Amino acid sequence: MKLLIKNGILITPQGETKADLLIKDGKIAAISKNIEEDCKVINAQGKHVLPGLVDIHVHFREPGFEGKEDIESGSKAAVKGGVTQVCCMPNTNPVCDNAVVATYIRARAAEVNLCKVNPIGAITKGEQGETLADIGRMKSAGVVALSDDGKSVMNSYVMRLAMEYANGFGLKCLCHCEDKNLADGGAVNEGFNSTVAGLKGIPRAAEDIMISREIALSESLDIPVHICHVSTYSGVEIIRSAKARGVKVTAETCPHYFILTDGIITSYNTFTKVNPPVREQRDVDEIIRGLQDGTLDCIVTDHAPHSLKDKQVEYNSAAFGISGIETSLALSYTYLVKTGKLTLCELVQRMCARPAQILNLTGGELKEGAPADIAVVDFDKSYVIDGSAFVSKGKNTPFNGYEVYGVVEYTLVDGEIKYCNK
Amino acid sequence: MLKSKDLLGLQYLSAEEITQILSGAVATKKFLLGDKKAADDLKGRTLVTLFYENSTRTRTSFELAGKYLGANEVNISVATSSVQKGETLMDTGKTLNALKVDFIAIRHPMAGAPQLLAQNVTASVINGGDGMHEHPTQALLDMFTLKEHYGRIEGLKVAILGDIKHSRVALSNLFGLTKLGAQVYMYAPGTMIPKDIQKLGAHIATSREEAVEGADAVMGLRIQLERMNGGLFPSLGEYSKYYGINGDLLKYAKKGAVILHPGPVNRGVELTPQVTDGESSLITEQVTNGLAVRMSILKLLSAYREENL
Repeated sequence: MKLLIKNGILITPQGETKADLLIKDGKIAAISKNIEEDCKVINAQGKHVLPGLVDIHVHFREPGFEGKEDIESGSKAAVKGGVTQVCCMPNTNPVCDNAVVATYIRARAAEVNLCKVNPIGAITKGEQGETLADIGRMKSAGVVALSDDGKSVMNSYVMRLAMEYANGFGLKCLCHCEDKNLADGGAVNEGFNSTVAGLKGIPRAAEDIMISREIALSESLDIPVHICHVSTYSGVEIIRSAKARGVKVTAETCPHYFILTDGIITSYNTFTKVNPPVREQRDVDEIIRGLQDGTLDCIVTDHAPHSLKDKQVEYNSAAFGISGIETSLALSYTYLVKTGKLTLCELVQRMCARPAQILNLTGGELKEGAPADIAVVDFDKSYVIDGSAFVSKGKNTPFNGYEVYGVVEYTLVDGEIKYCNK
Repeated sequence: MLKSKDLLGLQYLSAEEITQILSGAVATKKFLLGDKKAADDLKGRTLVTLFYENSTRTRTSFELAGKYLGANEVNISVATSSVQKGETLMDTGKTLNALKVDFIAIRHPMAGAPQLLAQNVTASVINGGDGMHEHPTQALLDMFTLKEHYGRIEGLKVAILGDIKHSRVALSNLFGLTKLGAQVYMYAPGTMIPKDIQKLGAHIATSREEAVEGADAVMGLRIQLERMNGGLFPSLGEYSKYYGINGDLLKYAKKGAVILHPGPVNRGVELTPQVTDGESSLITEQVTNGLAVRMSILKLLSAYREENL
């Protein structure tokens, strides 16, 4: 099986280059000018050819919450967004805290056969923060990392044990940072807008304290750790200074944290409710700086689809989460590249190669011999985001009505066309 | 003329709209003080009170306001309604819509619930208190009470003492009073001051005395006992000693300064009994004024509906 992508602008580790790309047996066989081959051709004239996005933080909800999303609908949404590989958080029902659930997720993903779906195992049994989950067995069943996403492991001793034990299996802990006592049931960022809206706030300190703790553990144990969805300016600064002294910490953020501020909550639109909450301009500015200087390694979506019944309720009662996998590339391009904050090559590095490196996944780069996980994107074309048109079951986006640039034309996984916008 | 079908909070009203409601209440109060209380302004209209939290004065006040104006009045007791069967607020709204009600007064423990309801019904929604957000009719009756007493709001200094953070009364008063040109001073334990409230024009005092100094009115807020259990302050005794309103404190206020409280008062906690029952206390008068203000609101919303819907 061969496929030739002709005349595109390729984003390779060496930079932008106008070239053809030949795929053979699911791998990138050649990148050079003027390749001629008797096979199916995608004409990418005027389009960009990128490595498929690697989104290491998604919720595909299966098993247990198929009303919100399942592996099939999530995968369809992923490839529509140019995403070729995802890592699914374990807060399913049952929780992915054992080999059986991890095996099930891998098997379902193989049946669906769209994007690559890697399970993440829970750190503790039932994500209860008390005793370690079956970490070794889950590793054998194919989990690529560990997380109790949705909450922090509140007991620092348990977290220490988890990091030490997981490290023996080469697994990294991905830390949702939130001091539960300090967050105290809050729904939005604590600040002027929480006061105006009368909604209970979550202070930055709830996140910063746990970021600091994870860094302290990582530093004293000399074990790498990854910080999930950084939303605070102060969190960026904590991570920056830790990196400067050599701590093995990596970190991610999401489009909503570098685009939105909490003024949007005063409408009580529950699609704006997300954890951690969107914060203030100062945070947005620092998160962009963190992406520029590499303090924040990668952009993920924290794709958190919910059914309407989970969102069409009072703000306090509504579920946390944003359905983001279909819009992350276009939003990031529009708000980071078009604004001159990052080059397209830098953006691609933060959405493809870097997240793959953090979890030792293959893919994320266009180079000969690599898996042919590829997105062909028209960045000149714009569209207006309409959540009701999402293929994800989760229609919950706060970006309805935003005009963004970047339409995915083709998504290829292991050389097969999994999505085509025609 | 009001500019919206609903009354959701004072942050959404202009100074002109607030003034109009207060002016309307002058007439409705006169009516209330008359012999027979039977008007027909709202004849053929239906008012529903939908209260998800306990209330005596606000609910009764809405009910009587409707009745005195000739409306049909129904109250839904959430404890015995479909809400207990898990009906969502949106579905309750759809039901009320199908029952062709014209006005819904709602109280709800969650901020923004009246907005959610208002977006899903054709009836006019009046916020009777939503979480820590707003309690506009209470603030309007406080403002009416001040205006009646002083003849103006502009230039008054109003001190609000108590649990500002969890008080929808404080927030609505802050919006309303500052829109009409009053100065609002606030004082509370550090655990009970919401973030950045000074950006709304509140002066956060560093002592009780500073808050009350030269004030024309001193408002106490009800302390919810569960806040103490939540650790926001150590004991009622300590609260009363450092944050309560007593006769000594009132010496700092302007001579003749009035005392307001949204009620019900925890006697001896927020206010000493002497202050509660003293001659400068307008707490009982506030209740009558609440009725007048709510009647004024119903009349204005009714006029809006006739004009626009």
